[in-house]
Amino acid sequence: MSAKNKVLGLIFASMHDSSVIDLTKKRTMGSIPFGGRYRLIDFPLSNMVNSGITEVGVITKSNYGSLLDHLGSGKEWDLSSKNGGLHLLPPFSHVDSGMYRGRLEALNGVWEFINHSDAEYVVMSDCDIATTIDYKAAIDFHKETDADITVIYGRYAYDSNKNHTANVLGIDENGRVNDVMVNPQISGECSISLDMFVIKKDFLKNIVITSVSRNQYDFTKDILQAKKDEFKIMGYEHKGYFSKIDTMNGYYEANLELLDTEKRNKLFIKTAPIYTKIRDNGPAKFGLESDIKNSLIADGCIIEGTVENCVLCRGVKIGKDAIVKNSVIMQDTVIGNKCSINSVITDKNVEIGEGKVLTGSKTYPIYIGKNAKI
Amino acid sequence: MYLKKECVAMLLAGGQGSRLYALTQDMAKPAVPYGGKYRLIDFPLSNCTNSGIDTVGVLTQYQPLVLNDYIGNGQPWDLDRNHGGVHVLPPYQTSLGASWYEGTANAIYQNMSFIERYDPEYVIVLGGDHIYKMDYSKMVDFHKENNADCTLAVIDVSLEEAKRLGIMTCDPDYRVIEFAEKPQQPKSTLASMGIYVFTWKKLKKYLIENENENSGSKDFGKDIIPAMLGNDERLFAYAFEGYWKDVGTLDSLWEANMDLLSPSVPLDLYDSKWKVYSRNNNMPPQYIGETAEVENSMISEGSTIHGKVDFSIIFAGATIEEGATVNYSIVMPGTVIKAGAVIEYSIVGEDCVVHENAKVGLSPETVENRDEWGIAVIGHNVDISEGAEVLPKQIISKNV
Repeated sequence: MSAKNKVLGLIFASMHDSSVIDLTKKRTMGSIPFGGRYRLIDFPLSNMVNSGITEVGVITKSNYGSLLDHLGSGKEWDLSSKNGGLHLLPPFSHVDSGMYRGRLEALNGVWEFINHSDAEYVVMSDCDIATTIDYKAAIDFHKETDADITVIYGRYAYDSNKNHTANVLGIDENGRVNDVMVNPQISGECSISLDMFVIKKDFLKNIVITSVSRNQYDFTKDILQAKKDEFKIMGYEHKGYFSKIDTMNGYYEANLELLDTEKRNKLFIKTAPIYTKIRDNGPAKFGLESDIKNSLIADGCIIEGTVENCVLCRGVKIGKDAIVKNSVIMQDTVIGNKCSINSVITDKNVEIGEGKVLTGSKTYPIYIGKNAKI
Repeated sequence: MYLKKECVAMLLAGGQGSRLYALTQDMAKPAVPYGGKYRLIDFPLSNCTNSGIDTVGVLTQYQPLVLNDYIGNGQPWDLDRNHGGVHVLPPYQTSLGASWYEGTANAIYQNMSFIERYDPEYVIVLGGDHIYKMDYSKMVDFHKENNADCTLAVIDVSLEEAKRLGIMTCDPDYRVIEFAEKPQQPKSTLASMGIYVFTWKKLKKYLIENENENSGSKDFGKDIIPAMLGNDERLFAYAFEGYWKDVGTLDSLWEANMDLLSPSVPLDLYDSKWKVYSRNNNMPPQYIGETAEVENSMISEGSTIHGKVDFSIIFAGATIEEGATVNYSIVMPGTVIKAGAVIEYSIVGEDCVVHENAKVGLSPETVENRDEWGIAVIGHNVDISEGAEVLPKQIISKNV
């Protein structure tokens, strides 16, 4: 047991928004629906809570309406608390902060909040990684190695030809980060940064103040790359399952990967539940002629047709004699009778009229925007 | 300082539910799972919330652990309030001694001080074992319009059913003239649903009188209502139209679940304007595997289906393995049905394991003598060993 609130969690809800621009037109990275009943922010948020972090700030940039709606008071994550709890940190938290250009400026903009916390350590995470991770182990590693900054990384088949974006790390035999490459033109299994960091609050304060005073705002360029010799930057390998959402394809594949029971069981661990906003739908309901194979079907779905290799979010309706395959269908989408849908991503509230045929390709799924009527 | 509330709800949740046998050995009846992700008490609690009643006393007595845990601070039903909210009210000790709740009226009598804190005009008394969606505020309005002392919700039933229920005879304005418990020759088919709205001042008077008379039963149906009728108080019947099901028996619990799969039954769990709330257990979405065959069923979060599921309700976190068959059955949370097991016309309780090739229940068509047929029931936390057989009508509460 340690005293409460010794670790502060910071979640950047809007980093990487530009990598899946279709999905973030009307929302932040953190509020992208994922895995049938979740939003991406549920993963870092639940991981923090499950690691005993009871004070979390969520840093947003723009389009954060859906995020506020999702998070509410934080009670679903047990973060509606008098001590610590959930704090939403939109931009303009003080007069001269303005719209931030990078992580360091964002931190500077909310510095008053960070400073006010009693925490000794800060754990930072973005929202582009769906994983289950115990931050306690990473914090212990950080302490044991006496690191200035710990970067959490994972082994990943990086391929610049697939438009992957990542910070690829070079790590020496002692676990120290000796190189950071931004989106290098390579392919193969690499150590990629999961953009999760452990750092002492006082140390973070120093680098934020020093950087901002020099008009530096990019954590990767101005700290991880520029100071790799000066600071002791350690790499902590996260060996658990993770998926990185850095392209539309990546988003599609990450969803469908959850149909693999082994991977799904690594993401959803009984002792570390992923919490999310509750919608109070009825259970998924399957009609007389429904035929379902290899699919995740969330509560509130009503299925009359055929569904194969799909992830269906909450409240989706599939009509009679409709065939839906290899698709990610977001909440409240209605697919009419006799439709034939293959390799499609529908955003929220899409309506597809009777008998429509939509066929994408597994390597290039069709995306249908929010509230579209076809 | 307590803010005045116009109406306080008192939910009678202390019943043992002895006719549910194996399912209520370790939990009070209102905690019995229903409909894939609910417990019975979700219905009256959600009705309260949806009717704008935010102060609810839940009277518990029998095996309250599961129920208390489930209700918690009332947050799932939006009943964690600054003023009012949900309060669990177990029997308690006083300077005069301790006593259990002796009857439904006595349970309310013992908690008069809880009600008085909110100084309500009306008290609505509810049961915890009925499945229905009802706007109580309309019933309270009806009560006010009639300047009634007591309003009883009634539902029109068949003449046959009327013989098993509390039956109201009314004048054309729905004023109650006569109340008969299980009449042999019913004079009407308006049956009491066990939902009462009382003008609190009046109810208080009758509760105190009933207590002083020491009747023995201390019951609303047996004592309070007849006494009020006898004194010519203004009793009215509020006719409810819609789905209502008493789930006091294993058969009716099974039927009420099966009703959810019938397109002709008007109980909509998907209406965003009238949600039925429940406590969520944070499980991933339901996974339907390559070998699964699912038809006309309801399947809840966290469950994994590799077998055949037909006309069934599968609760949260249940697993149906490849080669297992579940027909016309209810499989409660956390239960595993192993490969080759066949479950037909059965209720399987929480956290059970039905091992390989076990057979539970039979369809009525395969039983020669229909009198020998009934649903098979397995209680909570029971293991059914490999190849074991559970016959229709059998009720199993220990490992076999």
